[in-house]
Amino acid sequence: MRPALGFIAGLIFGIGLIVSGMADPAKVLNFLDIFGAWDPSLAFVMGGATLTALAGYRLVWRQGSPAVGARFDLPDNTAIDAPLITGATIFGIGWGLGGFCPGPAWTALALGSPGTLLFLPAMVIGILLGGAAKSFPIFTTKGA
Amino acid sequence: MGPTVATEFTPWLSLFGGALIGLSAVMVMGVFGKIAGITGITKGLTGLAPRVGGPGDRDWRLAFLLGLIAAPVAVLLATGSFPQQTVPDNLPGMVLAGLLVGAGTALGSGCTSGHGVCGLARLSPRSLVAVVTFLAAAVVTTTVVRHAF
Repeated sequence: MRPALGFIAGLIFGIGLIVSGMADPAKVLNFLDIFGAWDPSLAFVMGGATLTALAGYRLVWRQGSPAVGARFDLPDNTAIDAPLITGATIFGIGWGLGGFCPGPAWTALALGSPGTLLFLPAMVIGILLGGAAKSFPIFTTKGA
Repeated sequence: MGPTVATEFTPWLSLFGGALIGLSAVMVMGVFGKIAGITGITKGLTGLAPRVGGPGDRDWRLAFLLGLIAAPVAVLLATGSFPQQTVPDNLPGMVLAGLLVGAGTALGSGCTSGHGVCGLARLSPRSLVAVVTFLAAAVVTTTVVRHAF
């Protein structure tokens, strides 16, 4: 049951990425190119997704607990700290270079573009490196 | 990172696709009680994430990723053709981009889905700061790459 529901959720997410245009790096890069070939479509993707989740979260939270999980597992870290800012900046630079964030990169795998086939393994290596960097002394001091 | 490809402004399709992404996030919360962050889901499979939910967490994460990967096949079955996309053809550039995206999202604990969709839907100030930061960095990067050289 859990894998089936997980697969359906991933499929809906991926179809959403494709239908919305977010799975196409050309469309992402044009969204980011405000002073050039600007295509504002992605603001509508983020708007539609966030508003749907904003309303839907409140509906499911009223149930008290998730359908098959033990409890709602929400992040308890509220710190606006050095790892957050540094990480978001590094991510933004990579996103602005390639036009892929993690979800669309997975969705593009089956289409087999050479750029995707290089981006994905590099991204997984990056995730391992970034996870390790979290324990560097500059990132472990609290309240930066 | 390659030639600029013109794209059409698609407000309604983008809004509808966005709603599907939001629906999936609500489903992951309602069923598993989890944040639908693709970085977290990918990281969970590499074995780095804290195993808060026990081994049962691995199965739905793997299935979710398989669903993401299967999405273009579903589009092919429904429409008769694979979705159109243009991936930058600067291959060393794409390796660098992948490393930066992976490292940045792992260090910053989230990407466009975790901080973007889910974090903003939770009204998390931490996620809002992340979103503003990565959007600003991405706009500057794309602008510099396309217009400064």
